[in-house]
Amino acid sequence: MKIPDLAELALRNLRESLLRNSLTTVGISVGVASLVAMLSLGIGLQQLASRRLGKSGLFDTVIVSSRREMRGMGREEERNGPAPGESRVLDEAARVEIEHLPNVLEAYPDIRFNTELRYEDKPHLTTISALPASAKSNDAFEGMQGNYFSSDTAPEAILQKSFAEELLGKTTKLGAPEPNVADLAAPLLGKELTMRYAQRETTPSGPGSTSPTSASPADALAGTAYSVVSREQKLKIVGVSDLDPESMRGPTRAKVFLPLKLAESLHVMQATDLREVSRAASDLPVYQSVSVKVAKPSQVQTVEDAIKKMGFTTFSILDASRSIQTFFKVLDVFLGIFGSLALAVASIGIVNTLVMAILERRREIGIMKAIGASDGDVKKLFFAEAGAMGILGGMAGVALGWAIGKVINTATNVYLRSQSLPADNFWAVPWWLVLFAIGFAVLVSLISGLYPAARAARLDPVQALRYE
Amino acid sequence: MAIAPGTAPANGAIRTENLCRHYRMGETLIRAVDGVSLEVRSGEFVALLGSSGSGKSSVLNLIAGLDRPTSGTVVVQDKDLARLSREELAKYRLHVVGMVFQSFNLIASMTLAENVELPLRFAEVDRGKREGLAREALERVGLKARTNHRPSELSGGEQQRAALARALINRPQLLLADEPTGNLDSHTGTEIMDLLREFNEGLGMTVVMVTHERALAERYARRMIFLADGKLIDDRPNVPIAAASETSGVQR
Repeated sequence: MKIPDLAELALRNLRESLLRNSLTTVGISVGVASLVAMLSLGIGLQQLASRRLGKSGLFDTVIVSSRREMRGMGREEERNGPAPGESRVLDEAARVEIEHLPNVLEAYPDIRFNTELRYEDKPHLTTISALPASAKSNDAFEGMQGNYFSSDTAPEAILQKSFAEELLGKTTKLGAPEPNVADLAAPLLGKELTMRYAQRETTPSGPGSTSPTSASPADALAGTAYSVVSREQKLKIVGVSDLDPESMRGPTRAKVFLPLKLAESLHVMQATDLREVSRAASDLPVYQSVSVKVAKPSQVQTVEDAIKKMGFTTFSILDASRSIQTFFKVLDVFLGIFGSLALAVASIGIVNTLVMAILERRREIGIMKAIGASDGDVKKLFFAEAGAMGILGGMAGVALGWAIGKVINTATNVYLRSQSLPADNFWAVPWWLVLFAIGFAVLVSLISGLYPAARAARLDPVQALRYE
Repeated sequence: MAIAPGTAPANGAIRTENLCRHYRMGETLIRAVDGVSLEVRSGEFVALLGSSGSGKSSVLNLIAGLDRPTSGTVVVQDKDLARLSREELAKYRLHVVGMVFQSFNLIASMTLAENVELPLRFAEVDRGKREGLAREALERVGLKARTNHRPSELSGGEQQRAALARALINRPQLLLADEPTGNLDSHTGTEIMDLLREFNEGLGMTVVMVTHERALAERYARRMIFLADGKLIDDRPNVPIAAASETSGVQR
């Protein structure tokens, strides 16, 4: 039989037992709807997470470190790559080279040190890091109290909320609600901190030369000449940030931030100095790590590869986002399985409906066979009926699932707003999901139709004709 | 398939040899057809007679390719039906055989036109051509005005005429009728039988009709085959009453 004839006969047969077939089709559409609703929420959540990560500004950042300094990344266990002695020093020359790589917007040194800050004559030990002017657009400073640094050299500081709590002598008890940033910032903004730090001063004899006659004990160790001087720097608190701009750094993240140029001018003694300076070819500064901003997140991998070729270790949020993607893939699979369960139940409905139809239309099948229908014709007819129910149920189900997802999204946003949290779209029905859902419904329906169709085709015409 | 010596290899010819159809019902073996050998020549009008349970309908179903013999052969148009695949058998039923039944067997959900053109759908005939052929066939049986009616809106005689139109639509050489007048009053039955005769004489179709009414067979058939308990007990020519002009009959 030709396909248009099959479709026509199938639809006619579906119309004949309208109620039963409608109910079966509704069953399929509920199954498809649950699948679409589940997957649209899963996909929406994934897109939301990607969006949030993109906004964080970390999505396009590569952190470069020398292969022998892994502690900054909290990766002491990493032992692969060239031996420490062979790898390259991450100095100013390397930074400039990285900055000139294609698609790199900027490369700035990560200045990071532990030091003592005095506030109202009480010392507090903390980690300090420097931020470039471009970090102002970072998502973490969105809800910040106060302002970003007035200039790249201003003697100003921004505190992370937890350090602000420490300065004020407040400790959050476990389970207690987190204090409001505004309350923490009010008594601190505009106040002064005194930072005590160790300044590295290169001696006139010049670095890079390994003089065995060096006078200071540090020279003997480092192979170059510099001295360490204790300094103080006054800093004005200009901002208190709620979120953590360095969340990707793990345990070494800083709690106080300085403008980059100011921090550079201080020449603070860093942990790497003793080991790195010994191998530096010139008097160029040597960095523990360098942050590289890439023009587009999609170029991060290429840039990372180029930097790795130069002999450095790299880390980017893409590594982390890959795990997140894996998580969402697993989530989607689980949601898909739960969604498919309803469809599986609906498929039993199809089998039931078609088996009933065979009983009812036994005689009709006999007649068709007697006047020349082949087994294939009968089989195809039942297949077409199952497929038609699948298509109709699939389309209705996509619409229904879309509506359910939309309602869940809207209701959740109403709840979020009532909790004074920002609403967001965590629901998405991409076009491929629509096609996939309808296709899947048709596939499940056809599989359900296999048994009834085969049974109808096998029917003995003589017995079928005798059946009243 | 070779035809036995002495018989002309004619189109529409049916030949059965020691045809058996047995089936088991619980412990007992039912010999519905038990060693029937017969030949029907092209263009004959044969009546299969017998009381109910004599096996006449079973023989008809075997000739129609609706059933397969337990043993023996049934050869139609040089085709050994027992050796055809299910697919080939369906093609045989579609193109070679036209069938009418006692209970008309029209599909209730379809109009007459749709019922009549159904075999053309299986034969994959184009839609435009189908409508014309269906109209023509319904016109031939005098149902031109009822093409868009459903079977339930028609009388028994009209339904059987529609069934005849459907049996004709693929221009088969063989028309098999199973008690075609069994559900009709005698007047309507006569109308149907006249149509059968018209197809036999006008279109040259071979007609095999199962009936238990001897009078009907004597009036229309040119040969009567009697069955009892699945066995052929008599086979004799008959001079149909209304067709007295053809006196030759068929020789055995």
